[in-house]
Amino acid sequence: MNNTQRMALPLLKNMPVILFVAIFILFSLLDQRFFAVANFSNIILSSSFVGVVAVGMTFVLLTGGIDLSVGATMYITGAVLAMLLEQGTPLPGAIAAGLIAGTLWGCLNAFLIAKVKIIPFMATLGTLTAGRGLGLLITQSRHIAVPQEMRFGAEKFLGIPLPIVIFALVVLVAYLVLNYTATGRQIYAMGNDPDAAKKAGLNTTRLTATVYIVSGFCAALATVIAISQQGSVSSSFGKGVEFRAIAAAVLGGTSLFGGVGNVFPGTVIGVLLMQMIQNGLIYLQVDLYLQDMITALVIFFAVFIDALRMRLLKRLERRNIRVEKGPGRVKAVEPITS
Amino acid sequence: MVDMILQFVQVSKSFFGVPVLKDITLDIERGHIVGLVGENGAGKSTLMNILGGVVPLDSGQMLFNGQAYTPQDPRDADRAGIAFIHQELNLFTNLSIAENFFINKFPRQGKVPLLNRKQIRAKAQDYLALVDLHVSPDTLVERLSPGERQLVEVAKAISVEASVIIFDEPTTSLTARETERLFDIIARLHTAGKTIIYISHILRDVLELSDEIAVLRDGELVTHGPKSEFTINRMISSMVGRDLEHLYPDRTSRPSAQVALEVKGLSKAGLVHNIDLQLHKGELLGVFGLMGSGRSELAQIIFGLESFDQGQVLINGQASTRLSPPRSIKDSMAFVTENRREEGLLMTATVSDNLGLVALPEYSTRLVNVVKQGALSKAVKETVSTLRIKVNDAFKNQAKGLSGGNQQKVVLGKWLMTNPSILIIDEPTRGVDVGAKYEIYSIIDRIAANGTAVLFISSEIEELMGMCDRIVVMGYGEVLGSFERARFNKEEILRTAFRENGK
Repeated sequence: MNNTQRMALPLLKNMPVILFVAIFILFSLLDQRFFAVANFSNIILSSSFVGVVAVGMTFVLLTGGIDLSVGATMYITGAVLAMLLEQGTPLPGAIAAGLIAGTLWGCLNAFLIAKVKIIPFMATLGTLTAGRGLGLLITQSRHIAVPQEMRFGAEKFLGIPLPIVIFALVVLVAYLVLNYTATGRQIYAMGNDPDAAKKAGLNTTRLTATVYIVSGFCAALATVIAISQQGSVSSSFGKGVEFRAIAAAVLGGTSLFGGVGNVFPGTVIGVLLMQMIQNGLIYLQVDLYLQDMITALVIFFAVFIDALRMRLLKRLERRNIRVEKGPGRVKAVEPITS
Repeated sequence: MVDMILQFVQVSKSFFGVPVLKDITLDIERGHIVGLVGENGAGKSTLMNILGGVVPLDSGQMLFNGQAYTPQDPRDADRAGIAFIHQELNLFTNLSIAENFFINKFPRQGKVPLLNRKQIRAKAQDYLALVDLHVSPDTLVERLSPGERQLVEVAKAISVEASVIIFDEPTTSLTARETERLFDIIARLHTAGKTIIYISHILRDVLELSDEIAVLRDGELVTHGPKSEFTINRMISSMVGRDLEHLYPDRTSRPSAQVALEVKGLSKAGLVHNIDLQLHKGELLGVFGLMGSGRSELAQIIFGLESFDQGQVLINGQASTRLSPPRSIKDSMAFVTENRREEGLLMTATVSDNLGLVALPEYSTRLVNVVKQGALSKAVKETVSTLRIKVNDAFKNQAKGLSGGNQQKVVLGKWLMTNPSILIIDEPTRGVDVGAKYEIYSIIDRIAANGTAVLFISSEIEELMGMCDRIVVMGYGEVLGSFERARFNKEEILRTAFRENGK
């Protein structure tokens, strides 16, 4: 029994990837059209902007925090960007202003959480509400279409659609930061044990602030991608993105308790998986109203698997006192091998 | 002229108006091992926290190498060359050993802002060699045993090129063999000229290791001198301020013949094998075993935290096929766990909430389960005073603010409020000072006198011999022998515990 548990572990550990492959095969078998390069590139293309938000979200979740305001941040960014373009500001200036606006909203979260010490859930719930209000104020709740030059979502760089290029760059930078910089490793450390992090002399205020600013910037960057694809900003722009981003990160194996997870393959797989399920369900012509419920089911399953894995890990790590060798034969072992 | 590396000059400190350190003046000679002893709450930890830059001092000053030393935070202490190995481990279990070493000082790779993994791996390898720990520096800390983690902490402390190293209760989570290994390392550091401050409640170890010994009591330095001036008895009497003639209270009751708990042929693959036990009402039954003997696991099975494969557990003559903690509590069984910090207490809840936790249903109205606050707070007050728990306001203060001994009393008190018929206590005096130990023993005796059957698990053979009516010896998950009080013999019990070791 112990052996089967041991064998089950790597299986559970790589569950996001296995789930991804399994669902991919399933859809491919159910519908011939699904298994096509064009469709696959389509899946990545449509998950790019949520993917960028989810990368920022992963930073936040790694510290054990949460950022509910990303959708509102997107709306503010979009509002600033679209209004400036409408008033004739050149494209680079408008994009820069939008990015700054979104990042500043992230700074507000950082200030509330790291300095004022409001718990992340409440702080970002507040900035979510305030942010949507601010966006409505800027746009006067109008639906604003952007000029043609902003609609570069279909353009390609070296044959790859621009949104995918930006998404890939964000993932690469985030991966390097999280795994190969001091700040990245300290984010993991703080997520694991905030008290110990303080005792080790880490600047936890700065680290906490960093992740919310990163999340704000990612949401702002995602806005640029989204507008370049959608061509307009409506009053519901960015609504519900926080849910999709959090779900994608969790689906990719990031723990809501902090300290566990990664952007690659983790979050990337999570985003693609969610998009693939939606995409596949459309191909299979599943009732539109059922689609969200099925997606939620998959998320529950992934979280359940994660809980299963943690339980198994705990059981396997427990020290065995005796080694039973066949019926009746008992061999004593030393308590600790080192 | 003696070379003093560290001098405390009239150091005082108060918390919320309560003085915890009064005018401490203490000189520490370079290259010495200084044993620092005192009861919980005597001020040892506060003194060391001041030295380590964790808390500031109110008045007085510190000299380090003859220079004024005023650390603002732990990093200042680090830079000065003072390393602090805390009682609780401060490792990040989701990171590798190497990353833990360098978490606050990652080396960079030239001008690129990326960290140099090759370099930290190589250096970590060297540090691990210093403590004879032969595992890859890339191993995640969560895969290490408690003992190995302690060694990693030691290696981390040595790695900062410290000239003063503080050990605060380093052996509480170590097996006998690992403790020996740690002492070897301390001896090596001593030879290398490091100054070491060693804090422990295990006075034998302090006496064996130290060059000089300092005793704190109620925030004052009671005595300080070379080891030759001290015996264990003298240390104890200066710690508690009176001669402790008895380490253990006299037993006030005899066990009855009525069986409260019976275990028959209990087995669980990998943990315990064919355990037979009988526990009588009013009996104090000791379970002695070395670390990894299966003693705690047996308790967990009996209480229902762990399943079993074969055998029977009869509670008050009733056999049950499935044990579970709620069921055990219903059967009026109580379990005081080994690890009070993680398992026994809600650290951020108040003392009164902790005390009332298990007894809550008894203080609730039958119909809609409303807690009768009046009755509950009266019972809490009673428990706090009978157990002499030192706390300013049991209804406001958090459990984490109490000293180790008082925390243990809260854990015991929580179960006492349910008047259990069977009480399992696992290492109740670990990390507890001599004075509080005596109080805890008295509480245990009182519980047994009330007719409660007590299963007393410990790795301290002396306390079992001092307290119990009978001792059962466990090893390798089996019962290896049983001793009546009249036949207690330390050597024989130990030999029984090691019997199958053969090597």
